Amino acid sequence: MGVLVDRRTKVVVQGITGSQGAFHTRLMLDYGTKIVAGVTPGKGGQQVEGIMVYNTVEEAVKRTEANVSIIFVPPAFAKDAIMEAAEAGIKLIVVITEGIPTLDVIRAKRYATSRGARLIGPNTPGIITPGECKVGIMPANAFTKGVLGVLSRSGTLTYEATSQCSAKGIGQSTAIGLGGDPVVGIGFAEGLRLFEEDKETEAVLLIGEIGGTAEQEAAVMVKKKEFTKPLFAFIAGRTAPPGKRMGHAGAIIAGSGGTAQEKMKALREAGVYVAESPAEIGALVSAHI
Amino acid sequence: MKLHEYQAKQIFASYGIRVPEGGWVKKPEEAYEVARKLGGEQFVVKAQVLAGGRGKAGGIKLCKNAEEVFKESQQMLGSRLRTHQTGAEGVVVNALLVERAVRIKRELYLSLTIDRSIELPVILASAQGGVEIEELAREKPEAILKLHFEPEIATSQFLGRKLAYRMGLTEKATGEYIALVGRLTKLFLEKDCSLVEINPLVLTEEETIIALDAKMNIDENALFRQKELASQRDTSEDTPQEAKAKDVGISYVHIGGSVGCMVNGAGLAMATMDLIKLAGGEPANFLDVGGGATAQQVEAAFNILLSDKNVRSVLVNIFGGIARCDVIAQGIIEAAKKVKINLPVIVRLEGTNAEIGRKMLAESGLKFETASSMKEAAEAAVKASSK
Repeated sequence: MGVLVDRRTKVVVQGITGSQGAFHTRLMLDYGTKIVAGVTPGKGGQQVEGIMVYNTVEEAVKRTEANVSIIFVPPAFAKDAIMEAAEAGIKLIVVITEGIPTLDVIRAKRYATSRGARLIGPNTPGIITPGECKVGIMPANAFTKGVLGVLSRSGTLTYEATSQCSAKGIGQSTAIGLGGDPVVGIGFAEGLRLFEEDKETEAVLLIGEIGGTAEQEAAVMVKKKEFTKPLFAFIAGRTAPPGKRMGHAGAIIAGSGGTAQEKMKALREAGVYVAESPAEIGALVSAHI
Repeated sequence: MKLHEYQAKQIFASYGIRVPEGGWVKKPEEAYEVARKLGGEQFVVKAQVLAGGRGKAGGIKLCKNAEEVFKESQQMLGSRLRTHQTGAEGVVVNALLVERAVRIKRELYLSLTIDRSIELPVILASAQGGVEIEELAREKPEAILKLHFEPEIATSQFLGRKLAYRMGLTEKATGEYIALVGRLTKLFLEKDCSLVEINPLVLTEEETIIALDAKMNIDENALFRQKELASQRDTSEDTPQEAKAKDVGISYVHIGGSVGCMVNGAGLAMATMDLIKLAGGEPANFLDVGGGATAQQVEAAFNILLSDKNVRSVLVNIFGGIARCDVIAQGIIEAAKKVKINLPVIVRLEGTNAEIGRKMLAESGLKFETASSMKEAAEAAVKASSK
């Protein structure tokens, strides 16, 4: 169970012959993820970690019935790779690539959505349903099976938070890295809708940061009772100055909008449990589950 | 990446967008020459700095003749301009834009940016220009027109028409406004902008529309295909630490406190800064060494932190995932041996092989203080910084 990926998920790796693609294909296989195909244009017929490589996603899907794609291709080719996956009928596209131009993400997402595909990322560690399937680059040992859904805009901070929760005996149903870019696929609102429907998920942890209004939209959903399970949150970047990008392309306070303070306030007012300190995320969650 | 006003105006001109006549200079003699060649009764001398708020800070001067232009240029070039965006130390003025003054009838506002919540580019237009748009948005939100557009329809003329007829312009100026919107949307998409702002956009006494100011930011992620723009980057306003970080590919932002921090991952790095503040200290910086935290990156990061004179202690916070803590600890030890460290360094390692990593640090013979929890580490770093 969990959301979006599980035991039945069949994964195609786009950019499998690159060093990152090959390395993480090995780790995903070790975790038990069913990787059925790889794609690199011009390298069809080769094998990587025992996985057959095809020239196009279309061919990979036809031969293997892959239904989820993970993308490792360089930024310049990422838009094309996303659209190719959507056109071939892939319904969930996980984009690991960091550094894709925002206008490319906008165009690729519009096309993917029109084809009925969902996007995770770009600039994401990916998605994991512990014990069943990992489509991403996260360290497996930071996650354990359980009842907490996780939605996060960050990588290592997510591992930190899930490790703290796991240490308190609280594992995860599914953890989704939403990505650190200004425009990404699945956001907090859509993630909450998925977890609301999921029987295994009893509560959700949201890890946000400065920039944009995705956290405020999540707060509105809670207020409107569109999300009814217990919700926990931590927002990074209270000490970040305005106008400076804090590592992630999307982590920037524009003018006076998008501060951590306003996000925390909106979430608190909606009745969300908000952690003051990143060191206390696990304790907060375990106190209320 | 921010462009200077003079750079943005050159690009505007290449798209047929009208800008005031003038030229950019680096010497008072050149400023004098530009003004003399332009002729006319009034000139504007504008400091070319990337920080906003120039006008209020005295970075824009009106002059009556070329001699005055020379005098003002002499004073401005090489001086430090302090605006609300630069901090107390200000930034050095290295270039000026000298323009013939325009006879202004009315000021308008026009900008394009990406609306993150709608996930589309948006045009913001107002018949009232010259004031800060955020101020206007607060006080008179109805005075700002917002028009989102799909990238596929950017060249459509109707976008300009939808805005132009609401600006209260004459027929001639309306035609110019429509053409301007078309050119600006084209420029925005072709140059991978994250922001183009004209404030003020002016209607002249002659009923023409001119971009009196120009602000242009380019999407950093698109610089690989905007090579010409990338080559125009001015790094002179970066702090030495920021410049060094850019060279080695580390993500660094100067904050100004006394606790330096080195973290792997941007979210964890922000959270670590927050934690330092919660422990009663002030973070000196944001620094993300990357998820892998290799020995090379760690060494460069130590060099950057130690070159900041405000830093009194260093907090290293690493969550080891696929990059294991023992490998990272080895990197920290190697780096610390190369770099002369004369400050207390508090290391917190967690994640894969954390215990082995901690043991390696403890047995390295180097003066590291290790902590197992983030909170403990932050408290120790803050305490050490106030000694």
